Order: sequence, then structure tokens, then C-alpha cells
Amino acid sequence: MSGHLLSSIIFLPVLGALVLLFIKDARAIRWVALVTLGVDFALAIPLLKGFDVSTHGMQFVERHAWIPSWNITYYLGVDGISVLFVFLTAFLGVICVLASWKAIEKKVKEFMIALLIMQAAMLGVFSSLDMFLFYLFWEAMLIPMYLIIGVWGGPNRVYSAIKFFLYTLAGSILMLVGMIALYFAAGNTFDMLVLMEHKYTFAFQIWVFMAFFVAFAVKVPMFPFHTWLPDAHVEAPTAGSIILAGVLLKMGTYGFLRFCLTMFPDASRFFATPIIVISIVAIIYGAFLALAQKDLKKLVAYSSISHMGFITMGIFLFNKNGIEGAILQMFNHGITTSALFLCIGIIYERTHTRDIGDYGWAASRVPVYATFLFIFALASLGFPGTNGFIGEILIAFGAYEVYKPYLIVLLMGILGGAAYMLYMYKGMAFGADSHGHDGHGDSHGHKVWDVDFREAIALLALIVFVFWVGFHPEDFLGYMHESVGNLINQATASKFEGLGL
Amino acid sequence: MNSEVAAFFSPGDFLAILPEMVIAGMACLLLLVDIAVPRTKKCVVPALAVLSVAVAAWFSYELAGSGVSAFSGMFVLDGYSDFFKLIFYIVAVFAILVSLRYIRTEEIDLGEYYVLLLFSLSGMMIMASGTDLLTIYLGLELASLPVYALVGFLQKSRKSNEAAMKYIILGAFSSAILLYGISLIYGLTGTTQLAAISAALVTGDVNGPLFTLAVIMLVAGFGFKVAGFPFHMWAPDAYEGAPTPITAFMAAGPKAAAFAVIMRVFLEGLYPAYDSWQMAIAAVAVGSMVVGNITAILQTSIKRMLAFSSVGHAGYALLGLVAGSEEGMASVMFYLFVYAFMNLGIFGIVIMMRKDSQSGDQISHYTGLGKSNRLTALAMLIFLFSLAGIPPTAGFIAKFYVFMALINKGMVGLAVIAALMSAVAAYYYIRIVMLMYMREPEKEFALASSRGLLCVLIIALAAVVALGVYPGYFIDLARYAAFPL
Repeated sequence: MSGHLLSSIIFLPVLGALVLLFIKDARAIRWVALVTLGVDFALAIPLLKGFDVSTHGMQFVERHAWIPSWNITYYLGVDGISVLFVFLTAFLGVICVLASWKAIEKKVKEFMIALLIMQAAMLGVFSSLDMFLFYLFWEAMLIPMYLIIGVWGGPNRVYSAIKFFLYTLAGSILMLVGMIALYFAAGNTFDMLVLMEHKYTFAFQIWVFMAFFVAFAVKVPMFPFHTWLPDAHVEAPTAGSIILAGVLLKMGTYGFLRFCLTMFPDASRFFATPIIVISIVAIIYGAFLALAQKDLKKLVAYSSISHMGFITMGIFLFNKNGIEGAILQMFNHGITTSALFLCIGIIYERTHTRDIGDYGWAASRVPVYATFLFIFALASLGFPGTNGFIGEILIAFGAYEVYKPYLIVLLMGILGGAAYMLYMYKGMAFGADSHGHDGHGDSHGHKVWDVDFREAIALLALIVFVFWVGFHPEDFLGYMHESVGNLINQATASKFEGLGL
Repeated sequence: MNSEVAAFFSPGDFLAILPEMVIAGMACLLLLVDIAVPRTKKCVVPALAVLSVAVAAWFSYELAGSGVSAFSGMFVLDGYSDFFKLIFYIVAVFAILVSLRYIRTEEIDLGEYYVLLLFSLSGMMIMASGTDLLTIYLGLELASLPVYALVGFLQKSRKSNEAAMKYIILGAFSSAILLYGISLIYGLTGTTQLAAISAALVTGDVNGPLFTLAVIMLVAGFGFKVAGFPFHMWAPDAYEGAPTPITAFMAAGPKAAAFAVIMRVFLEGLYPAYDSWQMAIAAVAVGSMVVGNITAILQTSIKRMLAFSSVGHAGYALLGLVAGSEEGMASVMFYLFVYAFMNLGIFGIVIMMRKDSQSGDQISHYTGLGKSNRLTALAMLIFLFSLAGIPPTAGFIAKFYVFMALINKGMVGLAVIAALMSAVAAYYYIRIVMLMYMREPEKEFALASSRGLLCVLIIALAAVVALGVYPGYFIDLARYAAFPL
């Protein structure tokens, strides 16, 4: 395979952004952005095809000297875990452009540039093998995301944007301190693979684990660090919500897998039970909060908190089923939650309301839309045959192996998920059409029409993955077996040399 | 020349101070030129000023790496001083370029303006090369006195006059404290030469309360010059009242010079007594970060906000000194180098906002800039993110380097405080981005751009991005320039 595939995937959007600088026509800008991300996605396919699933080693590795003074290299590579997220990110990029086609009317150029830069940074995070490079991409995401929420968001966007920015910055800046501490502890290197091999004392692991944990927990977001998420989701434009839910949240859990489990296995095991407990709290609490929402976006935002609880729990179970289920569920959540936000965006463009009480006519007036929504709602609640089911059942297997009573909680979480999703769907599709008038307008006189071609393409593309994962999960699980096996070896091996307390 | 004098210096010593002599000589000459040229051709003076900086820079370049110690060890030409002089040259040229249009707008277009800048520059250069407390003091005063006058250069503005008054009184006060500290050091060690002081500290027993008092005096005196907490009280008023190009100059030039001196004195002269001054500097550093950044949040004037932000930045840079290692020294040097670009860049935009009746010095004046002037707003955005330390900008690398130096010495606690304070600092920088991009403009913007100003902005912008993405060369340069401990 070509030696620069990963670099091409990461920097193609940047190139696209530079081209956009010189284009004036809004229509042309949309097309250039779409083509750029389309090609980017097309590049991600050979990445997936050319990936050798029989090894846990890093593939498509690129390495060049960058800042020799600090032994920092431009070091990229993917393993069976990250390759899926590079693919997911590239895929959702296309969906984002489609979702913003009409929703973004002002400052189209700036929006598409921000989106493309964001895309590059996210792809970079999943492909970096040098921790400095990782942090660079990680923080660089803040700027475009801040602008996407703050400039193109809803009425309360400024507050939400600043909250998002400060929360995530405060979380991740401590990680920077932890990173530097690792650098010196492992003998002046930011090479993540070397850092994984190195042995650290227990006390050191505990401290650095906590520094990393805060950064990732804010991103996930885990209870009690979740308060920025509903605000950010509610105010963000549809594409912003898709990026947030689809990719950004995965970075937190990806961080746990990539850093915490491999570099600080002893600390990870030390903290495993408390983390599982707060994951459970998140599952139940998120579900209840979702049930209480009237705002569609808030409902899905809280459902994300609940779903991410499943994932963090799966990760800290330290067994194959749990971790594979968690990774698959990360992928699934990226697909289904993005799809739900897309659905909300589509209907919001027509009615300009997100209050469930304003709907109730979806099944009768926009039947195709209602069908799509139904499928994604089922996928989100984990209905057999959809992707959500596979992920949740794997995590449940994993939980059963560790401690059986966890299953009861998981069951409650799944039931809660079914409750709020069906509540939402009933409210949207089959609610009493309280205003009792027919015709083509909603209760506020907005004209509503069913999904158009562009929206249908985006929704269908997402549905492909819902059933693909649902019926043939091995196509995706196959990528991660070797890498997860290796991860578990690293995570269960004791690393510290005696008690360094 | 009689033999007694010859013992102190040889004619060759003058070669070492050639760049300083060029600057000081040209400054004197420009005073005359200013009288000679007609009012319509006033651009001759700034042009000659830039030229003389260029000539001095060329001499410095030719002399670089010679490691000459001149005037009986009172003056040295080492990598360290060369690095700082590079910063000073850049800052001085930038300050001249951004002033061109501004001083016409403010009707203070006098040749003395540039003359004073050059005198200050020559003082800063002597500070960087001084290896004797007396040379250092001489340089310090030569650098400060012209700035006192420049702060009050807006004769018609009461704020400017008041600022100059405050600055000169407090400045004189701090110089006195510093002198007292120097005299105590002299009394304890019998010398004012840094190398000899260091030797005396190693051999003699000077760790008494008197020595502590001397250290406190030095910290207070230098703390004033870098505007570190709690000696920063003058900074907001002086920064706000001064003509904006002078504000930019003060925050990047004399401040960097003060850092050059602090590091020289504490890491060369007083290094054996590291334990006794480390805590004092750390306290100033933490205080500056906390007070500077938190107070900056409350400001409504952009110049005051940047003044407090510069107090905060002084705190970060001081942390590199607290680390007390060569890496720490190099991190401070790199920080100041980067800060010069960020600072001149952002002040360049503040200067652009000053046109006709538009004062442009309130934060609220930036509302909606992103709508009407996209490129200016984009440049401002990049400078702000760099000041906040968000990658991939140079500001991030600078902070990162300081953190590296600290953690390498095991000072994780300080690194954590610095990290948290930079999250606080992000708030007030990001707020301006918010105003620029997320609010509708209240009125039409008129920007006073000029060729010189655009030139500065483009170079600063390029430097902030390039040093953020590919900092390797300048990190190595700073490392190479740091003197061995």
C-alpha cells in the first residue's frame, strides 16, 4: 500500500480548506467540501481493505523526524482499534456536509473550512502514535469546534461554546502535565509504543492515570463531568452534533483504551471498580434524564451519556467480550446517534422546533421520515438485528464474566433506553395531533415535506451500517480481535516494579 | 592612555560594544537629522532608525559566537546575549514600523520618538551583555528612562501623563531598591562581578539574614521591571496610558531585557544560593499567573487586559527560572522570543483599530470584527489562540517547553498550577474571539492599516504559525544560547 495513506487521509481536508479560501459561490463551496470529504472517505476504504487483521502491530506506519530537540517524531499508524475510528470519522464527515447543505445558510465558507479542519484534527487524533502529535491534534480540535457551536449554533450558543471550550481545555491541560511526566519517566520519548512497554511505579501510575482520566472523562463525558454535553448539543448545528456525538465522545473512550489501560494497567485495575460504578450511575441517570426531556436534542444528548456509560463499563471489565463490545458500541453509537441527530436536524429545518409536544404527526404526514426514525430508534435501544444489540450483548457477556449482578443494572439500562426511545418515537410519530388540523403544515403553520433525495442518501448510508453490524458483526469485530487480545495482555500484566509508594 | 586605565580595558574592547555604539551613536545623530529635514520628509528619521538597527544586527551577527569578555569582565558577548539581542532587534524594528501611522494619527509625530526608542534599545543590549551588577544597572536605567518619556508622549492625554508619572515614580523607587540590593551583595561578597559573586558564595559563608534581605531586594527590583506580582501595580496604568506601539514595545522589549538580566544574575551570580532564592521567585511566578490572569478577566479595556495578560505571561516565563536548569533557561528564552511575535502581532491589530475618532481600545469595540474584516479577525484569532497556548501555535510550544523544564526538575505542582491558570487565561482570550465572530457588528469598522503595520502583522503571523508547527530550529538555538550552569 502507499506509504502515505494516513497522511493523505489526514491532510486532504486541510488542502480542501485551503482551496475553499479562494471560492466565493456558496454552492460551489458545498460541492468542494463534499467532494473533498468524499475522496477522503474513499481513501479510508483501501485503509480498511489493506489492513492485515492477523496482527496487533501498527500498520500503515509513517515516521519522520520532526522536533529532534525533544525526540518528537511525526509518527502515524493504526491498529485494529483505531482503524475503525479513522473509517468512522471519514464516513461521518460526508454525512456532516450533507446535513449542513441547507441548514447552514450564513458564512458557508467559514463553516465548511471549520468542518474540514475539524475533520483533519479528528483523523489525526486516531492515527497519532507520538503523544505530542496526539496532543496537538487533540487540542487543535477545540478551535473549530468552538467556532462551529458558537457561530452557527442556536440562541444560547455563546454560553454553550465557552462552556464546552473551557471544560475540555481544563480537562486536557492536566493531561499535558501527565504526558510530560511520562516523557521523562520513560527516558525522553513521546513514542506511544515505547511508553506502553515501559514500567512505571505504582504511585506514578496512579497520579498520571488521574491526570489522563480527567481529560478523557470530560470528553466521554462520564458522570459527573457531563454537564457541558447537553448544552453543547442543544446549541450546536446538526453537523456539530454529529461530530460531537459521533466522533468527539469516542475520543475519551479511545484515550482510555490507548493510554490508560496500556500504560497504567495497575492503576487502571485499581480504579476499575469505582469507574464501573460511575458508569452504572451514568447509565441509569442518563436514561432517567432522557426520559424527562421535552427537547429532542436534549433527549438524545442524555441518551448519549447513558450509552457512553455502557462503553466505559465495557472497557474497565478487562475481558475480551467487554472490550470488544465497548469498541463495537463506540462505532455503533457513532452511527446511530449521528443518525438520530441528523433526523432531528431534518425535521427541525422544516418546523424550527425541537419540542416533542409539537410533533405527533410524523407517521401520517412524513411516513418515510418516520420509518427512518423508527429504525434508528430501534438501533439505539439495542433491538436484535440492529447494531446496538450486538454491542450491548457483548458488554453484557463481559459483565457476566466479571460480576453477575452487573447484569441487572445493564438490563435496567437497556430497559430505560427502550423506554425513552419509544417515548420519543411515540411523541414524534403517533402522538395526538393535538391541534387536529390536517393539510401540509405543522401546528405552527410551517410547511412540512418528507425526506428529499439528499437526506435520504445520508440516512440510507447510515442504515447500511446499522444492519451490517447488526447481522454480520464479525466484519467489524474481525479487525479488533488481535489488537484487543494484545491490549488485554498489556492491561492485565502487572507493570510496576515493586511498590513505589 | 596611561597604564592605570589600560589595565581596565584595551582598545579591542570597543569592538565588542560596536553594535551598542552604533545604536547609541545613531540615536544622537538622528536628533540632529530630525532638525535638519523638513517636516514633509519626516519618514527619513524612522527609515534611518530601522537602518541603524539593521547595521547593529549585522555587527552582532559578525561578532556572534566570539565569546569575548570585555572591559575586565563587565561585558560579555556570548550566545546568551546574542539571542536576546536578536529579540530586541526584532521588537525595536517592529515597534518602529507599527508607530509610523499611529503617531501621525495622534499628532505626536516627533523625531525624538524614534530617538528615545533607539536609546532604550541600546540600554537593553547592554543589559543582555552585562556581567557586572554595575553594567547591568547602567543598562537597566538606559533602557528605562527613555521609556518613561515615551509613556508620557501623548502630551495632550491626561491618562498618558498620569501613566508616565506613576511609572517614573515607581520606577525610581524600584531602582533604589535594586541598588540597595546590589550594595548589600557587594558588602557581603566584596565584588559586583557575577562570576566573582558566584565564587564568593561557594567558598564564603554568606547565607545570613543580610543575604536573604539582599535577595529579596533584588527580586523586588527585578520583579518590578518584569511586572511580576506583587510589583505589577504600575503595569496596567502605564500600558493603558502609553501610546499603543510603546505598550507593545514595553511588553516585549524591556521586559525581555529584564528577564535576560534576572537570569544572568540569579543563574550565574547567585546560582550557588539557588535554594535561598528559588522560593521567592516561585512565589512571584505563581502570584503573577494567578493575579494576572484572574484580573485580566475583569477588564474592559483591551490594553489593560493585555497588561494583566502580560503579567500572567511573566509568571509563566519566571517558572523557567525557578526550574534553575539550562533547559529552564532555554525555555524562558524561547518563551520570550515567541512572546515578542504574539505580542507585537496583537498590539498591531489594536493599533489598526485606532483611526480618526475611533479609539479602539475597549474590548467591546471588537464586536463583530469577524463579519466586516475577515482577515484581520482571523489574524487576531490566531494571536489570541497563541496567547492562550492552544496548539498548533507558537504559544503552545512556548508553554510546553516551560512545563518540560519544570517537570524535568520534578516540580509537578508548579506545572499543574500553571496548567490550570492557562485554562483560566483561555477564558478572556476566547471571549474576544466570541465577540469578533459571534456578535453582530454595532457599527462600521475603519481600520488604519499601513504598509509597515501590515508587514509586522504578516511576519508575526507567519512566525506564530511556523514556530508552532516546526519549532525545532529555534528550540535548538535557545538551548545553544543558554549559558552553562
